[in-house]
Amino acid sequence: MTAAWSFRRAAQQSTIRSMEAIEVTGLRKTYGGQDAVAGIDLVVARGEIFSLLGPNGAGKTTTVEILEGHRRRTAGDVRVLGEDPGTAGSAWRARIGIVLQDADDAADLTVHEMVRHIGGFYPDPRPADEAIELVGLTAKRNSKIRTLSGGQRRRVDVALGIVGRPELLFLDEPTTGFDPEARRRFWDLIRTLAGDGTTILLTTHYLDEAEALADRLAVVSAGRIVAEGTPATLGGRGAAEARVSWTENGVTRVEQVTDPSDLIRHLVASGADLSTLTITRPTLEDTYLSLIGAAR
Amino acid sequence: MIAMSLSRGHVELLQFVRDRTAVVFTFFFPALLLLLFGTIFGSESTDSGVAVSRIFTASMIAYGILNTAFVTMGSGLAMDREDGTLKRLRGTPMPATAYLIGKGLLVFALSLAEVAFLILMGVLVFDMPLPPAGHWVTFAWIFVLSVVACSLLGIAVSGLVKNARNAGAILNVPVVALQFVSGVFIHPMSQLPDWLEKVASIFPVRWMAQGFRYVFLPDEAKVTEIGGAWNLGTVAVVLGVWCVIGLVLCLVTFRWSGRDK
Repeated sequence: MTAAWSFRRAAQQSTIRSMEAIEVTGLRKTYGGQDAVAGIDLVVARGEIFSLLGPNGAGKTTTVEILEGHRRRTAGDVRVLGEDPGTAGSAWRARIGIVLQDADDAADLTVHEMVRHIGGFYPDPRPADEAIELVGLTAKRNSKIRTLSGGQRRRVDVALGIVGRPELLFLDEPTTGFDPEARRRFWDLIRTLAGDGTTILLTTHYLDEAEALADRLAVVSAGRIVAEGTPATLGGRGAAEARVSWTENGVTRVEQVTDPSDLIRHLVASGADLSTLTITRPTLEDTYLSLIGAAR
Repeated sequence: MIAMSLSRGHVELLQFVRDRTAVVFTFFFPALLLLLFGTIFGSESTDSGVAVSRIFTASMIAYGILNTAFVTMGSGLAMDREDGTLKRLRGTPMPATAYLIGKGLLVFALSLAEVAFLILMGVLVFDMPLPPAGHWVTFAWIFVLSVVACSLLGIAVSGLVKNARNAGAILNVPVVALQFVSGVFIHPMSQLPDWLEKVASIFPVRWMAQGFRYVFLPDEAKVTEIGGAWNLGTVAVVLGVWCVIGLVLCLVTFRWSGRDK
Protein backbone atom coordinates (compact mmCIF):
# COMPACT_ATOMS: atom_id res chain seq x y z
CA MET A 1 0.00 0.00 0.00
CA THR A 2 2.69 2.44 1.03
CA ALA A 3 4.71 1.75 -2.11
CA ALA A 4 1.72 2.26 -4.38
CA TRP A 5 0.86 5.48 -2.57
CA SER A 6 4.35 6.92 -2.91
CA PHE A 7 4.45 5.98 -6.61
CA ARG A 8 1.20 7.85 -7.15
CA ARG A 9 2.41 10.84 -5.19
CA ALA A 10 5.60 11.01 -7.22
CA ALA A 11 3.46 10.87 -10.34
CA GLN A 12 1.30 13.78 -9.21
CA GLN A 13 4.27 15.91 -8.23
CA SER A 14 5.96 15.61 -11.59
CA THR A 15 2.68 16.29 -13.40
CA ILE A 16 2.72 19.64 -11.68
CA ARG A 17 6.34 20.15 -12.64
CA SER A 18 5.97 19.52 -16.35
CA MET A 19 3.18 19.56 -18.87
CA GLU A 20 5.31 17.97 -21.57
CA ALA A 21 5.93 14.22 -21.63
CA ILE A 22 9.34 14.56 -23.31
CA GLU A 23 11.62 17.57 -23.59
CA VAL A 24 15.00 17.21 -25.27
CA THR A 25 17.48 19.97 -26.06
CA GLY A 26 20.83 19.59 -27.76
CA LEU A 27 21.00 15.81 -27.32
CA ARG A 28 24.29 14.29 -28.46
CA LYS A 29 25.68 10.79 -28.28
CA THR A 30 29.21 10.07 -29.43
CA TYR A 31 30.78 6.64 -29.98
CA GLY A 32 34.54 6.74 -30.41
CA GLY A 33 34.53 10.29 -31.77
CA GLN A 34 31.60 9.63 -34.15
CA ASP A 35 28.28 11.36 -33.56
CA ALA A 36 25.42 8.86 -33.53
CA VAL A 37 23.11 11.63 -32.35
CA ALA A 38 24.35 15.06 -33.40
CA GLY A 39 22.14 17.57 -31.59
CA ILE A 40 18.45 16.71 -31.38
CA ASP A 41 15.73 18.98 -30.00
CA LEU A 42 12.36 17.41 -29.38
CA VAL A 43 9.16 18.18 -27.49
CA VAL A 44 6.37 15.64 -27.13
CA ALA A 45 3.18 16.81 -25.41
CA ARG A 46 1.23 14.62 -23.00
CA GLY A 47 -1.34 12.46 -24.71
CA GLU A 48 0.31 12.83 -28.09
CA ILE A 49 1.31 10.05 -30.50
CA PHE A 50 4.68 11.15 -31.79
CA SER A 51 6.52 9.21 -34.46
CA LEU A 52 10.25 9.19 -35.21
CA LEU A 53 11.08 8.17 -38.77
CA GLY A 54 14.47 7.60 -40.30
CA PRO A 55 16.68 5.09 -42.05
CA ASN A 56 18.66 2.43 -40.16
CA GLY A 57 21.64 3.98 -38.42
CA ALA A 58 20.06 7.45 -38.35
CA GLY A 59 20.16 7.55 -34.55
CA LYS A 60 16.50 6.76 -33.83
CA THR A 61 17.10 3.79 -31.57
CA THR A 62 20.00 5.51 -29.81
CA THR A 63 17.76 8.50 -29.11
CA VAL A 64 14.90 6.34 -27.84
CA GLU A 65 17.22 4.26 -25.66
CA ILE A 66 18.55 7.44 -24.05
CA LEU A 67 14.96 8.54 -23.34
CA GLU A 68 14.21 5.10 -21.85
CA GLY A 69 17.20 5.31 -19.52
CA HIS A 70 19.00 2.41 -21.25
CA ARG A 71 21.89 4.53 -22.53
CA ARG A 72 23.85 7.46 -21.24
CA ARG A 73 24.04 10.61 -23.31
CA THR A 74 27.20 12.51 -24.19
CA ALA A 75 25.60 15.96 -23.93
CA GLY A 76 22.25 17.75 -23.86
CA ASP A 77 19.29 18.17 -21.56
CA VAL A 78 16.67 15.43 -21.37
CA ARG A 79 13.43 15.40 -19.36
CA VAL A 80 11.05 12.47 -19.59
CA LEU A 81 7.90 12.80 -17.47
CA GLY A 82 9.75 15.60 -15.70
CA GLU A 83 12.81 13.53 -14.77
CA ASP A 84 16.27 12.89 -16.16
CA PRO A 85 16.20 9.27 -17.43
CA GLY A 86 19.92 8.96 -16.68
CA THR A 87 19.29 9.24 -12.94
CA ALA A 88 15.57 8.43 -12.51
CA GLY A 89 14.66 5.56 -10.19
CA SER A 90 12.08 2.83 -10.01
CA ALA A 91 9.13 5.20 -9.29
CA TRP A 92 9.83 6.79 -12.70
CA ARG A 93 10.17 3.39 -14.39
CA ALA A 94 6.75 2.46 -13.03
CA ARG A 95 5.29 5.27 -15.17
CA ILE A 96 6.87 4.31 -18.49
CA GLY A 97 6.36 1.26 -20.67
CA ILE A 98 8.95 -0.05 -23.09
CA VAL A 99 8.23 -2.36 -26.00
CA LEU A 100 11.52 -3.99 -26.91
CA GLN A 101 12.48 -4.42 -30.54
CA ASP A 102 14.54 -7.61 -30.54
CA ALA A 103 14.05 -9.43 -27.25
CA ASP A 104 14.12 -13.21 -27.26
CA ASP A 105 13.71 -13.84 -23.55
CA ALA A 106 11.41 -16.05 -21.47
CA ALA A 107 11.06 -18.60 -24.28
CA ASP A 108 10.13 -21.35 -21.81
CA LEU A 109 7.41 -19.39 -20.01
CA THR A 110 3.81 -19.19 -21.16
CA VAL A 111 2.36 -15.89 -22.32
CA HIS A 112 0.26 -15.60 -19.17
CA GLU A 113 3.13 -16.50 -16.82
CA MET A 114 5.40 -13.85 -18.33
CA VAL A 115 2.79 -11.07 -18.45
CA ARG A 116 1.73 -11.74 -14.86
CA HIS A 117 5.38 -11.88 -13.74
CA ILE A 118 6.31 -8.52 -15.29
CA GLY A 119 3.01 -6.96 -14.18
CA GLY A 120 3.92 -7.88 -10.61
CA PHE A 121 6.72 -5.28 -10.62
CA TYR A 122 4.28 -2.37 -11.08
CA PRO A 123 2.27 -0.63 -8.35
CA ASP A 124 -1.06 -0.75 -10.24
CA PRO A 125 -0.82 -3.23 -13.11
CA ARG A 126 -3.53 -4.35 -15.51
CA PRO A 127 -4.70 -7.91 -14.86
CA ALA A 128 -2.50 -10.17 -17.04
CA ASP A 129 -5.50 -11.50 -18.94
CA GLU A 130 -6.63 -7.96 -19.78
CA ALA A 131 -3.21 -7.07 -21.23
CA ILE A 132 -3.20 -10.33 -23.22
CA GLU A 133 -6.72 -9.64 -24.49
CA LEU A 134 -5.71 -6.12 -25.58
CA VAL A 135 -3.01 -7.52 -27.89
CA GLY A 136 -5.33 -10.25 -29.15
CA LEU A 137 -3.40 -13.22 -27.76
CA THR A 138 -6.08 -14.73 -25.54
CA ALA A 139 -6.06 -17.92 -27.62
CA LYS A 140 -2.30 -18.24 -26.95
CA ARG A 141 -2.57 -17.47 -23.24
CA ASN A 142 -1.15 -20.84 -22.14
CA SER A 143 1.29 -21.35 -25.00
CA LYS A 144 5.01 -21.22 -24.36
CA ILE A 145 6.51 -18.08 -25.86
CA ARG A 146 9.00 -20.31 -27.71
CA THR A 147 6.15 -21.71 -29.83
CA LEU A 148 4.78 -18.33 -31.01
CA SER A 149 5.30 -16.84 -34.47
CA GLY A 150 7.45 -13.72 -34.86
CA GLY A 151 4.43 -11.44 -34.96
CA GLN A 152 2.84 -13.08 -31.92
CA ARG A 153 6.13 -12.78 -30.08
CA ARG A 154 6.14 -9.00 -30.74
CA ARG A 155 2.57 -8.81 -29.44
CA VAL A 156 3.77 -10.34 -26.18
CA ASP A 157 6.34 -7.52 -26.06
CA VAL A 158 3.51 -5.03 -26.49
CA ALA A 159 1.49 -6.70 -23.71
CA LEU A 160 4.55 -6.47 -21.44
CA GLY A 161 4.94 -2.80 -22.35
CA ILE A 162 1.38 -1.90 -21.38
CA VAL A 163 0.78 -4.23 -18.42
CA GLY A 164 1.99 -1.55 -15.96
CA ARG A 165 -0.51 1.08 -17.25
CA PRO A 166 2.26 3.44 -18.41
CA GLU A 167 1.75 7.18 -18.83
CA LEU A 168 4.32 7.09 -21.61
CA LEU A 169 4.84 4.15 -23.94
CA PHE A 170 7.95 3.65 -26.09
CA LEU A 171 7.37 1.58 -29.21
CA ASP A 172 10.47 0.81 -31.25
CA GLU A 173 9.44 -0.67 -34.61
CA PRO A 174 6.61 -2.59 -32.96
CA THR A 175 4.86 -4.11 -35.98
CA THR A 176 7.83 -5.75 -37.69
CA GLY A 177 6.67 -9.25 -38.64
CA PHE A 178 2.95 -8.55 -38.12
CA ASP A 179 0.49 -9.77 -40.72
CA PRO A 180 -1.78 -7.01 -42.14
CA GLU A 181 -4.69 -7.91 -39.92
CA ALA A 182 -2.55 -7.94 -36.77
CA ARG A 183 -1.15 -4.55 -37.76
CA ARG A 184 -4.61 -3.04 -38.09
CA ARG A 185 -5.60 -4.47 -34.72
CA PHE A 186 -2.39 -3.11 -33.25
CA TRP A 187 -3.17 0.34 -34.64
CA ASP A 188 -6.60 0.19 -32.98
CA LEU A 189 -4.92 -0.71 -29.70
CA ILE A 190 -2.53 2.26 -29.97
CA ARG A 191 -5.47 4.59 -30.68
CA THR A 192 -7.34 3.19 -27.67
CA LEU A 193 -4.30 3.72 -25.41
CA ALA A 194 -3.84 7.25 -26.75
CA GLY A 195 -7.55 7.88 -26.22
CA ASP A 196 -7.06 6.99 -22.55
CA GLY A 197 -4.35 9.67 -22.32
CA THR A 198 -1.21 7.54 -22.82
CA THR A 199 1.62 9.42 -24.53
CA ILE A 200 3.20 7.30 -27.26
CA LEU A 201 6.61 7.59 -28.88
CA LEU A 202 6.69 5.38 -31.94
CA THR A 203 9.65 4.66 -34.18
CA THR A 204 8.81 2.85 -37.37
CA HIS A 205 9.95 2.04 -40.89
CA TYR A 206 6.38 1.91 -42.15
CA LEU A 207 5.26 5.30 -43.39
CA ASP A 208 1.62 4.21 -43.62
CA GLU A 209 1.84 3.34 -39.94
CA ALA A 210 3.18 6.77 -39.02
CA GLU A 211 0.56 8.41 -41.21
CA ALA A 212 -2.27 6.36 -39.69
CA LEU A 213 -1.25 6.87 -36.07
CA ALA A 214 0.93 9.90 -35.46
CA ASP A 215 -0.34 13.30 -34.37
CA ARG A 216 3.09 14.67 -35.16
CA LEU A 217 6.27 13.18 -36.55
CA ALA A 218 9.92 13.97 -37.10
CA VAL A 219 12.38 12.60 -39.64
CA VAL A 220 15.84 11.78 -38.29
CA SER A 221 18.79 11.49 -40.64
CA ALA A 222 22.48 11.26 -39.74
CA GLY A 223 21.76 12.04 -36.10
CA ARG A 224 19.69 15.18 -36.71
CA ILE A 225 16.04 16.03 -37.14
CA VAL A 226 15.67 17.16 -40.75
CA ALA A 227 11.91 17.81 -40.68
CA GLU A 228 9.11 17.90 -38.18
CA GLY A 229 5.35 18.35 -38.56
CA THR A 230 2.03 16.58 -38.83
CA PRO A 231 1.67 13.74 -41.36
CA ALA A 232 -0.21 16.18 -43.67
CA THR A 233 2.29 19.03 -43.48
CA LEU A 234 5.67 17.32 -43.04
CA GLY A 235 8.41 18.74 -45.24
CA GLY A 236 6.05 21.23 -46.91
CA ARG A 237 3.79 18.41 -48.06
CA GLY A 238 0.60 20.40 -47.35
CA ALA A 239 1.75 23.29 -49.53
CA ALA A 240 3.03 21.12 -52.37
CA GLU A 241 1.35 21.47 -55.76
CA ALA A 242 -1.18 18.91 -56.90
CA ARG A 243 -0.45 17.04 -60.10
CA VAL A 244 -3.56 16.85 -62.31
CA SER A 245 -3.53 14.52 -65.28
CA TRP A 246 -6.20 13.66 -67.88
CA THR A 247 -6.51 12.57 -71.52
CA GLU A 248 -7.42 15.03 -74.25
CA ASN A 249 -7.84 13.78 -77.84
CA GLY A 250 -5.78 10.70 -77.03
CA VAL A 251 -2.93 12.76 -75.54
CA THR A 252 -2.06 12.67 -71.82
CA ARG A 253 -2.05 16.17 -70.35
CA VAL A 254 -0.42 17.03 -67.00
CA GLU A 255 -0.61 20.28 -65.03
CA GLN A 256 0.84 21.26 -61.63
CA VAL A 257 -1.44 23.58 -59.66
CA THR A 258 -1.72 24.78 -56.07
CA ASP A 259 -5.50 24.46 -56.00
CA PRO A 260 -6.97 22.15 -58.65
CA SER A 261 -10.57 23.49 -58.23
CA ASP A 262 -10.45 26.07 -61.04
CA LEU A 263 -8.77 23.70 -63.46
CA ILE A 264 -11.34 20.94 -62.81
CA ARG A 265 -14.24 23.39 -63.20
CA HIS A 266 -12.78 24.54 -66.51
CA LEU A 267 -12.31 20.97 -67.73
CA VAL A 268 -15.87 19.99 -66.81
CA ALA A 269 -17.23 23.09 -68.58
CA SER A 270 -15.20 22.32 -71.72
CA GLY A 271 -16.72 18.82 -71.85
CA ALA A 272 -13.34 17.08 -71.67
CA ASP A 273 -13.19 13.29 -71.15
CA LEU A 274 -12.45 12.91 -67.43
CA SER A 275 -12.53 9.10 -67.25
CA THR A 276 -8.73 9.01 -66.76
CA LEU A 277 -8.51 12.06 -64.45
CA THR A 278 -6.11 11.74 -61.50
CA ILE A 279 -5.10 14.30 -58.90
CA THR A 280 -2.05 13.38 -56.83
CA ARG A 281 -0.04 15.06 -54.13
CA PRO A 282 3.34 13.80 -52.89
CA THR A 283 2.77 10.83 -50.55
CA LEU A 284 4.35 10.77 -47.13
CA GLU A 285 6.79 8.30 -48.63
CA ASP A 286 7.76 10.70 -51.45
CA THR A 287 8.28 13.48 -48.90
CA TYR A 288 10.24 11.21 -46.61
CA LEU A 289 12.52 9.93 -49.36
CA SER A 290 13.27 13.42 -50.62
CA LEU A 291 13.99 14.56 -47.06
CA ILE A 292 16.47 11.82 -46.25
CA GLY A 293 17.89 12.05 -49.78
CA ALA A 294 18.56 15.77 -49.33
CA ALA A 295 20.11 15.21 -45.93
CA ARG A 296 22.64 12.72 -47.26
CA MET B 1 11.22 -6.17 -2.80
CA ILE B 2 10.86 -9.62 -1.19
CA ALA B 3 7.84 -10.37 -3.39
CA MET B 4 9.76 -9.29 -6.52
CA SER B 5 12.76 -11.47 -5.59
CA LEU B 6 10.54 -14.48 -4.93
CA SER B 7 8.75 -13.89 -8.22
CA ARG B 8 12.12 -13.82 -10.01
CA GLY B 9 13.22 -17.01 -8.23
CA HIS B 10 9.98 -18.75 -9.22
CA VAL B 11 10.35 -17.76 -12.87
CA GLU B 12 14.04 -18.75 -12.91
CA LEU B 13 13.21 -22.22 -11.59
CA LEU B 14 10.33 -22.67 -14.04
CA GLN B 15 12.59 -21.78 -16.94
CA PHE B 16 15.42 -24.02 -15.73
CA VAL B 17 13.33 -27.16 -15.31
CA ARG B 18 11.69 -26.60 -18.70
CA ASP B 19 15.06 -26.36 -20.46
CA ARG B 20 15.97 -30.01 -20.95
CA THR B 21 19.57 -29.32 -22.03
CA ALA B 22 20.26 -27.36 -18.84
CA VAL B 23 18.70 -30.05 -16.68
CA VAL B 24 20.71 -32.83 -18.30
CA PHE B 25 24.08 -31.10 -18.54
CA THR B 26 24.04 -29.12 -15.32
CA PHE B 27 22.12 -31.47 -13.13
CA PHE B 28 22.69 -35.05 -14.23
CA PHE B 29 26.22 -34.78 -15.58
CA PRO B 30 27.99 -34.88 -12.20
CA ALA B 31 25.81 -37.84 -11.24
CA LEU B 32 26.75 -39.64 -14.45
CA LEU B 33 30.45 -39.05 -13.80
CA LEU B 34 30.04 -40.31 -10.26
CA LEU B 35 28.35 -43.46 -11.54
CA LEU B 36 31.16 -44.06 -14.06
CA PHE B 37 34.11 -43.30 -11.76
CA GLY B 38 32.52 -45.09 -8.85
CA THR B 39 31.82 -48.21 -10.90
CA ILE B 40 35.20 -48.32 -12.66
CA PHE B 41 37.34 -47.74 -9.55
CA GLY B 42 34.79 -48.71 -6.93
CA SER B 43 36.19 -52.00 -5.72
CA GLU B 44 39.63 -50.59 -4.95
CA SER B 45 40.34 -49.06 -1.60
CA THR B 46 42.90 -46.49 -0.56
CA ASP B 47 45.69 -46.81 2.01
CA SER B 48 43.16 -45.82 4.66
CA GLY B 49 40.88 -48.70 3.69
CA VAL B 50 38.03 -46.50 2.45
CA ALA B 51 36.31 -47.54 -0.78
CA VAL B 52 37.22 -45.28 -3.70
CA SER B 53 33.57 -44.93 -4.68
CA ARG B 54 32.86 -43.26 -1.33
CA ILE B 55 35.73 -40.84 -1.84
CA PHE B 56 34.36 -40.00 -5.29
CA THR B 57 30.90 -39.41 -3.89
CA ALA B 58 32.20 -36.94 -1.32
CA SER B 59 34.50 -35.13 -3.77
CA MET B 60 31.93 -35.07 -6.56
CA ILE B 61 29.67 -32.91 -4.39
CA ALA B 62 32.21 -30.12 -4.97
CA TYR B 63 31.87 -30.67 -8.72
CA GLY B 64 28.08 -30.66 -8.43
CA ILE B 65 28.13 -27.29 -6.70
CA LEU B 66 30.54 -25.87 -9.29
CA ASN B 67 28.03 -26.88 -11.94
CA THR B 68 24.87 -25.66 -10.25
CA ALA B 69 26.38 -22.45 -8.87
CA PHE B 70 29.34 -21.30 -11.00
CA VAL B 71 28.21 -22.58 -14.41
CA THR B 72 24.49 -21.88 -13.93
CA MET B 73 25.17 -18.36 -12.70
CA GLY B 74 27.82 -17.56 -15.29
CA SER B 75 26.04 -18.87 -18.36
CA GLY B 76 22.63 -17.72 -17.05
CA LEU B 77 23.80 -14.13 -16.77
CA ALA B 78 25.50 -14.18 -20.16
CA MET B 79 22.30 -15.55 -21.68
CA ASP B 80 20.10 -12.98 -19.90
CA ARG B 81 22.27 -10.19 -21.25
CA GLU B 82 22.03 -11.53 -24.77
CA ASP B 83 18.35 -12.52 -25.09
CA GLY B 84 16.99 -9.27 -23.65
CA THR B 85 15.98 -10.53 -20.19
CA LEU B 86 18.12 -7.95 -18.43
CA LYS B 87 17.18 -5.18 -20.82
CA ARG B 88 13.50 -5.89 -20.27
CA LEU B 89 13.82 -6.03 -16.49
CA ARG B 90 15.84 -2.84 -16.42
CA GLY B 91 12.93 -1.04 -18.07
CA THR B 92 10.60 -2.05 -15.22
CA PRO B 93 10.55 -0.77 -11.62
CA MET B 94 12.26 -4.00 -10.46
CA PRO B 95 15.61 -3.26 -8.74
CA ALA B 96 18.76 -5.12 -9.83
CA THR B 97 18.99 -6.71 -6.39
CA ALA B 98 15.70 -8.58 -6.93
CA TYR B 99 17.11 -10.06 -10.13
CA LEU B 100 20.29 -11.24 -8.39
CA ILE B 101 18.39 -12.63 -5.40
CA GLY B 102 16.14 -14.49 -7.84
CA LYS B 103 19.21 -16.04 -9.48
CA GLY B 104 20.57 -16.82 -6.02
CA LEU B 105 17.35 -18.64 -5.11
CA LEU B 106 17.61 -20.71 -8.28
CA VAL B 107 21.24 -21.58 -7.57
CA PHE B 108 20.53 -22.53 -3.95
CA ALA B 109 17.58 -24.71 -4.86
CA LEU B 110 19.53 -26.42 -7.65
CA SER B 111 22.61 -26.94 -5.48
CA LEU B 112 20.56 -28.46 -2.66
CA ALA B 113 18.79 -30.80 -5.09
CA GLU B 114 22.09 -31.72 -6.80
CA VAL B 115 23.85 -32.49 -3.52
CA ALA B 116 20.87 -34.48 -2.26
CA PHE B 117 20.86 -36.46 -5.50
CA LEU B 118 24.60 -37.22 -5.29
CA ILE B 119 24.37 -38.26 -1.64
CA LEU B 120 21.38 -40.47 -2.41
CA MET B 121 23.37 -42.09 -5.18
CA GLY B 122 26.34 -42.65 -2.88
CA VAL B 123 24.09 -44.26 -0.29
CA LEU B 124 22.06 -46.43 -2.68
CA VAL B 125 24.66 -47.43 -5.26
CA PHE B 126 27.94 -47.35 -3.33
CA ASP B 127 26.76 -48.22 0.21
CA MET B 128 28.06 -44.95 1.63
CA PRO B 129 26.87 -44.60 5.23
CA LEU B 130 25.41 -41.21 6.19
CA PRO B 131 27.72 -39.18 8.44
CA PRO B 132 27.10 -38.67 12.18
CA ALA B 133 24.81 -35.77 13.18
CA GLY B 134 27.67 -33.44 14.14
CA HIS B 135 29.14 -33.56 10.65
CA TRP B 136 25.97 -32.06 9.16
CA VAL B 137 26.73 -28.74 10.85
CA THR B 138 30.11 -28.69 9.11
CA PHE B 139 28.39 -29.73 5.90
CA ALA B 140 26.00 -26.77 6.19
CA TRP B 141 28.66 -24.09 6.44
CA ILE B 142 30.89 -25.61 3.76
CA PHE B 143 27.86 -25.89 1.49
CA VAL B 144 26.77 -22.28 2.04
CA LEU B 145 30.30 -20.86 1.62
CA SER B 146 30.85 -22.97 -1.52
CA VAL B 147 27.57 -21.95 -3.15
CA VAL B 148 28.07 -18.26 -2.33
CA ALA B 149 31.69 -18.17 -3.54
CA CYS B 150 30.94 -20.09 -6.75
CA SER B 151 27.86 -17.98 -7.54
CA LEU B 152 29.68 -14.68 -7.05
CA LEU B 153 32.61 -15.87 -9.17
CA GLY B 154 30.12 -17.04 -11.82
CA ILE B 155 28.57 -13.56 -11.96
CA ALA B 156 32.02 -11.97 -12.21
CA VAL B 157 33.22 -14.33 -14.97
CA SER B 158 29.98 -13.90 -16.98
CA GLY B 159 31.20 -10.41 -17.85
CA LEU B 160 34.07 -11.97 -19.81
CA VAL B 161 31.72 -14.02 -21.97
CA LYS B 162 31.13 -12.16 -25.22
CA ASN B 163 28.75 -14.63 -26.79
CA ALA B 164 26.28 -16.54 -24.65
CA ARG B 165 26.38 -19.61 -26.89
CA ASN B 166 30.02 -20.09 -25.88
CA ALA B 167 29.36 -19.53 -22.19
CA GLY B 168 29.10 -23.21 -21.27
CA ALA B 169 32.36 -24.05 -23.04
CA ILE B 170 34.28 -21.10 -21.59
CA LEU B 171 33.06 -21.66 -18.05
CA ASN B 172 33.85 -25.36 -18.19
CA VAL B 173 37.54 -24.77 -18.88
CA PRO B 174 38.35 -23.68 -15.32
CA VAL B 175 35.78 -26.12 -13.93
CA VAL B 176 37.21 -29.22 -15.59
CA ALA B 177 40.84 -28.18 -15.12
CA LEU B 178 40.28 -27.61 -11.42
CA GLN B 179 38.59 -31.02 -11.00
CA PHE B 180 41.80 -32.71 -12.13
CA VAL B 181 44.16 -30.76 -9.90
CA SER B 182 41.95 -30.35 -6.84
CA GLY B 183 41.57 -33.97 -5.78
CA VAL B 184 38.12 -34.55 -7.28
CA PHE B 185 38.96 -36.75 -10.29
CA ILE B 186 42.44 -37.68 -9.06
CA HIS B 187 42.85 -38.47 -5.40
CA PRO B 188 44.99 -38.27 -3.34
CA MET B 189 46.38 -34.94 -4.49
CA SER B 190 49.89 -35.98 -3.41
CA GLN B 191 50.20 -37.62 -6.85
CA LEU B 192 50.45 -34.13 -8.35
CA PRO B 193 53.75 -32.30 -8.84
CA ASP B 194 54.46 -30.11 -5.87
CA TRP B 195 54.02 -26.81 -7.77
CA LEU B 196 50.67 -27.89 -9.24
CA GLU B 197 49.47 -28.84 -5.80
CA LYS B 198 50.36 -25.33 -4.62
CA VAL B 199 48.61 -23.66 -7.54
CA ALA B 200 45.48 -25.77 -7.02
CA SER B 201 45.44 -24.82 -3.36
CA ILE B 202 44.90 -21.17 -4.30
CA PHE B 203 41.48 -22.00 -5.76
CA PRO B 204 38.36 -22.92 -3.80
CA VAL B 205 37.66 -26.34 -5.37
CA ARG B 206 40.40 -28.19 -3.48
CA TRP B 207 39.05 -26.91 -0.18
CA MET B 208 35.44 -27.62 -1.04
CA ALA B 209 36.27 -31.22 -1.93
CA GLN B 210 38.45 -31.65 1.16
CA GLY B 211 35.66 -30.28 3.37
CA PHE B 212 33.08 -32.62 1.92
CA ARG B 213 35.44 -35.58 2.34
CA TYR B 214 35.70 -34.69 6.03
CA VAL B 215 31.90 -34.74 6.26
CA PHE B 216 31.32 -38.05 4.50
CA LEU B 217 34.44 -40.15 5.15
CA PRO B 218 35.64 -41.78 8.36
CA ASP B 219 38.25 -39.81 10.28
CA GLU B 220 41.10 -42.20 9.41
CA ALA B 221 40.76 -41.15 5.72
CA LYS B 222 42.56 -37.92 6.61
CA VAL B 223 45.92 -39.66 6.04
CA THR B 224 45.32 -39.27 2.28
CA GLU B 225 44.87 -35.50 2.56
CA ILE B 226 47.78 -33.15 2.11
CA GLY B 227 49.50 -32.81 5.49
CA GLY B 228 47.48 -35.77 6.79
CA ALA B 229 44.80 -33.52 8.35
CA TRP B 230 41.37 -32.12 7.41
CA ASN B 231 42.40 -28.51 8.07
CA LEU B 232 38.81 -27.26 8.37
CA GLY B 233 40.03 -23.84 9.54
CA THR B 234 41.88 -23.33 6.27
CA VAL B 235 38.78 -24.54 4.35
CA ALA B 236 36.71 -21.82 6.04
CA VAL B 237 39.32 -19.10 5.49
CA VAL B 238 39.98 -19.88 1.81
CA LEU B 239 36.27 -20.14 0.92
CA GLY B 240 35.53 -16.97 2.92
CA VAL B 241 38.28 -15.06 1.11
CA TRP B 242 36.91 -16.25 -2.27
CA CYS B 243 33.44 -15.00 -1.27
CA VAL B 244 34.94 -11.56 -0.65
CA ILE B 245 36.97 -11.62 -3.88
CA GLY B 246 33.86 -12.71 -5.79
CA LEU B 247 31.74 -9.96 -4.26
CA VAL B 248 34.31 -7.27 -5.09
CA LEU B 249 34.65 -8.54 -8.67
CA CYS B 250 30.85 -8.51 -9.03
CA LEU B 251 30.54 -4.96 -7.79
CA VAL B 252 33.29 -3.83 -10.15
CA THR B 253 32.26 -5.76 -13.26
CA PHE B 254 28.46 -6.20 -13.14
CA ARG B 255 26.70 -4.65 -16.09
CA TRP B 256 23.15 -4.86 -17.42
CA SER B 257 23.97 -5.04 -21.10
CA GLY B 258 26.27 -7.06 -23.32
CA ARG B 259 27.83 -4.00 -24.93
CA ASP B 260 29.46 -1.03 -23.27
CA LYS B 261 27.15 1.93 -23.44
